[in-house]
Amino acid sequence: MAHTGTYSRCLQVWFSLVVVSVPLEQVEGVWPLPQQIHQSADRYSLSPQLFSFTYGKDSAAQAGCSVLDAAFKRYFSIIFPDFTKGAENGLHYLWPEPKPFVVSVSVKSRGCDGYPDEDSDESYNLSVSNGQAVLRSVTVWGSLRGLESFSQLVYQDDYGSYFLNKTEIVDFPRFAFRGLLLDTSRHYLPLHAILKNLDAMAYSKFNVFHWHIVDDPSFPYQSRTFPDLSNKGAFHPFTHIYTQSDVMRVIEHARMRGIRVVPEFDSPGHTQSWGKGQPDLLTPCYKGDVPSGSFGPVDPTVDTTYKFMERLLKEVKYVFPDSYVHLGGDEVSFACWQSNPNVRKFMEKMGFGKDFTKLESFYMESIMNMTAALNKTSIVWQDVFDYHERPRSKYVVEVWKQGCYLCEMRRVTKAGLKVILAAPFYLDLPIPTHSWARYYIVRPLAFRGTDEQKKLVIGGEVAMWGEYVDATNLTPRLWPRACAAAERLWSDEEKTLNADLAFPRLEEFRCQLLKRGIQAEPLFVGHCKHEYNGL
Amino acid sequence: MYCLLKFASLFLAVSVCHGWLFGDFVGKQKDLDEISLWPQPQKFQSSAVAFKLSPVRFQIVHAKESSAGPNCSLLENAFRRYFEYMFGDMKKHEKSRKKVFDSDLVELKVWVTSADPECDGYPSLQTDESYELSVDGPSAVLKAANVWGALRGLETFSQLVYEDDYGVNNINKTVISDFPRFAHRGILLDSSRHFLPLKVILANLEAMAMNKFNVFHWHIVDDQSFPYMSRTFPELSQKGAFHPFTHVYTPSDVKMVIEFARMRGIRVIPEFDTPGHTQSWGNGITNLLTPCFSGSKPSGTFGPVNPILNSSYEFMAQFFKEISAVFPDAYIHLGGDEVDFNCWKSNPDVGKFMEQQGFGTDYSKLESFYIQRLLDIVAATNKGYMVWQEVFDNGVKLKDDTVVEVWIGNKMEEELQNVTGAGFTTILSAPWYLDYISYGQDWQKYYKVEPLNFPAESRHTDPCVERTAAVPR
Repeated sequence: MAHTGTYSRCLQVWFSLVVVSVPLEQVEGVWPLPQQIHQSADRYSLSPQLFSFTYGKDSAAQAGCSVLDAAFKRYFSIIFPDFTKGAENGLHYLWPEPKPFVVSVSVKSRGCDGYPDEDSDESYNLSVSNGQAVLRSVTVWGSLRGLESFSQLVYQDDYGSYFLNKTEIVDFPRFAFRGLLLDTSRHYLPLHAILKNLDAMAYSKFNVFHWHIVDDPSFPYQSRTFPDLSNKGAFHPFTHIYTQSDVMRVIEHARMRGIRVVPEFDSPGHTQSWGKGQPDLLTPCYKGDVPSGSFGPVDPTVDTTYKFMERLLKEVKYVFPDSYVHLGGDEVSFACWQSNPNVRKFMEKMGFGKDFTKLESFYMESIMNMTAALNKTSIVWQDVFDYHERPRSKYVVEVWKQGCYLCEMRRVTKAGLKVILAAPFYLDLPIPTHSWARYYIVRPLAFRGTDEQKKLVIGGEVAMWGEYVDATNLTPRLWPRACAAAERLWSDEEKTLNADLAFPRLEEFRCQLLKRGIQAEPLFVGHCKHEYNGL
Repeated sequence: MYCLLKFASLFLAVSVCHGWLFGDFVGKQKDLDEISLWPQPQKFQSSAVAFKLSPVRFQIVHAKESSAGPNCSLLENAFRRYFEYMFGDMKKHEKSRKKVFDSDLVELKVWVTSADPECDGYPSLQTDESYELSVDGPSAVLKAANVWGALRGLETFSQLVYEDDYGVNNINKTVISDFPRFAHRGILLDSSRHFLPLKVILANLEAMAMNKFNVFHWHIVDDQSFPYMSRTFPELSQKGAFHPFTHVYTPSDVKMVIEFARMRGIRVIPEFDTPGHTQSWGNGITNLLTPCFSGSKPSGTFGPVNPILNSSYEFMAQFFKEISAVFPDAYIHLGGDEVDFNCWKSNPDVGKFMEQQGFGTDYSKLESFYIQRLLDIVAATNKGYMVWQEVFDNGVKLKDDTVVEVWIGNKMEEELQNVTGAGFTTILSAPWYLDYISYGQDWQKYYKVEPLNFPAESRHTDPCVERTAAVPR
């Protein structure tokens, strides 16, 4: 049943035109589109046995650089998938005569053992010519981006021989913060699902993993300071937790791909599961004069709360090396606070009257001060800014509410705060037609503001909330649609506004993802040379 | 007209659906992991008395009185499959080998009551899938008229088994009497818009069996690709598939699907949709599709099957001869939906033909002309046919046992009324287009559909309504 009707006709005709106009010597696309890319029809053959990565003589990073050594190994298997499977066939090399090919990587500054941060320079230059490719970057993270682009330039002909074309790339990201949020509280995500997702992120040059690790339904984070949080708050105290070593594994797996891990410990709302292991943390709700038995947000009126939060945040600082921490602060329901007489007394004492937004701001500020004292930068959801428009300290605002998100961005940047855009990238909300173009045509800077203001937009984030998502459907729901956002955040907007033009390149990239073991769903009718086999 | 639900059972079914379900015990002892049966049996009574099941001692056997025995491979296969579902990895249980409880359920006896168990046959629209299950120590008994009912009973039995806190399998004392409300409960898969690897189709058949679905409607080819490898016309897949080797279903693939389905009591009804939805057919068979015209010259594109050429009908005759031999089910789905008339309108030869036939400018008459001849061709192969609702809507003369599939959401109830009013068996799929995604718990809207919610003239011309969930379309 072709319910797609005229849309499919249009796209089919357009697509066939595009296909016809691509020259026979197939030139591969790179996703996301580099800032500057020139390719010619000159192609060179590659032989896996005569291919190597090396460090340039002038490179500050040399053999022993953990990140790049691992990357060379990883990208070799990605570039030559057949080779590592052991299927070697001498027939490949009848013509043309294979020659050695060396990829020389030169990094300007040392620093292989650190972590990427908000100021990391991810730019790189890649020059592919006969028998060699030269990749230059300022940091190792830039080289990782360059290696990814390089891997997308290699293609196979119908006989399985490897080729790549003469190419010049000058590239750097438009936005420094290109994130992806996973929610491991609504559903537990097994470790390998998270690691696989990090792999897919690296293929699209995403560089921040926003780990929304705990929330109302469950608390899977195993804290060393407060073990009862997960003992009592996780779906299951052994099978549905992230141990300290699990967390370290995620952080290192991410680091190897140039991905920052920003944890979110969302409070004072979204904390039901915290109360199981930490009694007295949450506000008891009242029915008249007596406690009703249910609990609300974190109790901001008692000292014990702040002592607890301080100790928890101290642990978070040591466990998570990134300089950013997400403190949440969204969707706080005031009903429970209102019902509690002690809270009302506190409101009076503090002179907040009946304005509970002031109580939330009071709480959030205390927490943000703690974070600042630990030398971390806070990210909060826009609710915090909306209640407290004249901030006393600097924090980063994440805009998530649907509607006029550009209006919100204007307000936030006008107040001098940095902003991350998530609102149009809520991938957990499926659109009727599964359309990826909707994420592609987002224009993050299309609001009225000065250049200074626009500089405060540090980037954006894809959100995959977990109400209806677990390991059974995480990957297909995220990919390849998230790739649309990846290009919007990395590439030049002028060159990438046309979704129809981008379609064939994204379609090809999706087939690449399948080849690399990422279960990316189809964009539209069609096929890939190598399909996902099922199971 | 084939009315498989006899009046009495229909009455029973309708009354049951209106809440006459007994099994009050179900509510009381329902624990998180305990008894949750899906789909809910017609009659179900359970008690708190529990029996333990030991993977070492428990067996599924043929009852002495059963007309089926060890040479019934379908049941032997099923016994093994359900044993594995219930007990999982046998290695886990080696340690508990020595434990034997008095309260053990020792065996499940499967008793096929009809003289012909249909072990080596295929299920059909008329198949009796009813069964009775009685679980009591030391032997449980599953009674069914034939192997198809036995399969349904085995599935239910496996869902009654649960693990207690010690990891020991338990089952409660239960009495179940069950039969399906509707005889056609199908799922449509589309392997043309995207090639579906064999494994995926087989996994889906497994999931279908667990849910007692009994029809796999295989929408195997369409505009975009022709993955069906035909032995009469190999060019169809050679030129029409996404790839002639990696994206095709070989004859042995097709056989595998059919047998895998049969083993689970699932009919495989293939759909070869014409005259529209046939772009990929034209790659392999030149002259099959109508050449479209731009003014007085051919434009280079093609439209639906060309209904004015004898060669089209000769091709269809040969093609469907093969299909009727390859697919054992009594029905073939012939499609007939969404035919775009623009190409026909542009072609001068078609225009001349229209004049000759006296169709004027009514192209639905041309469509009916084609369908009529196609139906006659297929009828000659001794198969019944299923068609999409447009064929009925356009007034084509259909055989009495035609099944009309209602897929258009708009005015669905009216359509059902018209189709059944005209005396045809109908299948409803309009409200179950699962390929339309939405946010949240959309299973609820599929659950709430009531297929018989349309005015029927009288009980006498009882509508025989089945349901097909189309996934994806």
